[in-house]
Amino acid sequence: MSGDLRAAVAAGVLSAEDDYRALLRSIVEVARAIFGARASSIFLLDEATDELVFTAVAGEGADSLVGMRLPSSTGIAGWVLVTRQPLVVEDVASDPRFARDAAESTGYVPNALMAVPLLHDELALGVLQVLDRTEPPRFTLAEMELLGLFAHQAAIALHLLQRARKARAALADGEGEQAALARLAQVLETVPEERRAPADALLGALARLLE
Amino acid sequence: MAAEPERAETLLPAWSLPAHAVPGIGIAVEWPERVTREWAWGGSTGRGVRVCIVDSGVDGDHPAVGGLAGAVVVRAGAGDDVVVEPDAEGDACGHGTACAGIVRALAPECELWSARVLGAGFKGSGRVLVGGLRWAIEQGFDVVNLSLSTTKRDFATLLHELADTAYFRRTVLVASAHNMPVESFPWRFSSVISVGSHELDDPFAFFYNPRPPVEFFARGVDLDVAWLGGGTLRCTGNSFATPHITGICALVRSKHPELTPFQLKSVLYLTSANVGGGG
Repeated sequence: MSGDLRAAVAAGVLSAEDDYRALLRSIVEVARAIFGARASSIFLLDEATDELVFTAVAGEGADSLVGMRLPSSTGIAGWVLVTRQPLVVEDVASDPRFARDAAESTGYVPNALMAVPLLHDELALGVLQVLDRTEPPRFTLAEMELLGLFAHQAAIALHLLQRARKARAALADGEGEQAALARLAQVLETVPEERRAPADALLGALARLLE
Repeated sequence: MAAEPERAETLLPAWSLPAHAVPGIGIAVEWPERVTREWAWGGSTGRGVRVCIVDSGVDGDHPAVGGLAGAVVVRAGAGDDVVVEPDAEGDACGHGTACAGIVRALAPECELWSARVLGAGFKGSGRVLVGGLRWAIEQGFDVVNLSLSTTKRDFATLLHELADTAYFRRTVLVASAHNMPVESFPWRFSSVISVGSHELDDPFAFFYNPRPPVEFFARGVDLDVAWLGGGTLRCTGNSFATPHITGICALVRSKHPELTPFQLKSVLYLTSANVGGGG
């Protein structure tokens, strides 16, 4: 196992979830700044419960919303997730159901929102929302493109977070190939320098045996 | 010589063309020298055309929708099955109502149907989407509006087959294009009509894109659409450009019901604002 690969496995399995959360938080903060918005948030799809979970929030609700859950296929965020299509909606507070749901779940009813799916390869991972941007005279396709670019970045971060979580879960279970790989990475991280060469030779032999 | 069997149009599709059948293969549509919008849909209201909105459901009572001919909900059943039932719930988001309102505004007398494929969770939603589309094709709708897409490659082959089936059965599929760097379906298939957005305000303004895969651009930025609760919202997205082309397809099919999807797409091309027939 090369040094790079070992580092990659170790980073995937061992690095702190806090780092990924910080990255997502940074993305929503930048999105909020660029669009001059009152709030921005990232929802992650929880496959086990089939719900959308507030995973990062900047601005309004930053202290209270993380961890809150929404249905995965209704409302505007659910529509965006299922259809994989971005959506920009103004005067959304005039939609009675939206206003009621928003007030009940978040305590904050935005007037306008942009929502874009977070897609990585063929997976729909979640939704990025930007709420109440500073009112431009009218919406433009350039803003839509910018939102798409941001969503791409957020999707990559979200993918890393999900992968790390799965790897950590496997490590906690102590079963399966991922757990074996994780244990191996953990051991290799602590192998003293002078035993690295024999360790790599042993791994090479093992790989040849399994091929 | 034995009498040749008559080659009625009802015998289509024809798999080959024997010499004796050549005189009978005349095209029913009398195409003018120059196809104009007046020829394509002048005086048409969409009457007699059946349009299905495959989306979040439709609020048929919304004044902009003006009633539905029927509504079904598609949900995941046992195994790989999907179940299609009458839908009494309406719209799970507001988006389907918005699409229906746009189609109704362009083609006021078309018959509108709703197939709801959202609301039962994200899990299984790809299968439900495919099931909804299959149902719409089996019903023989003239035009189907798909403001949605999937990125799941497992569904790409199925969707491709369905899109081709629709094409040969004269059901026109109008699908929203994606403006993000991902592979998604069914809008990328050449048997459907794919739609992206332009920024103009004219609901009848549309352009042919000489650099596909997105084939047409229609109004999709900053427009007032019907939404839940009987009101309207100002919205942006390719998913609103799509029902504009759906509505125009309904107008053309109403006036020229014999057109195949290939011919209909050609009419759209010839009447695009950047092609010549747009005047």
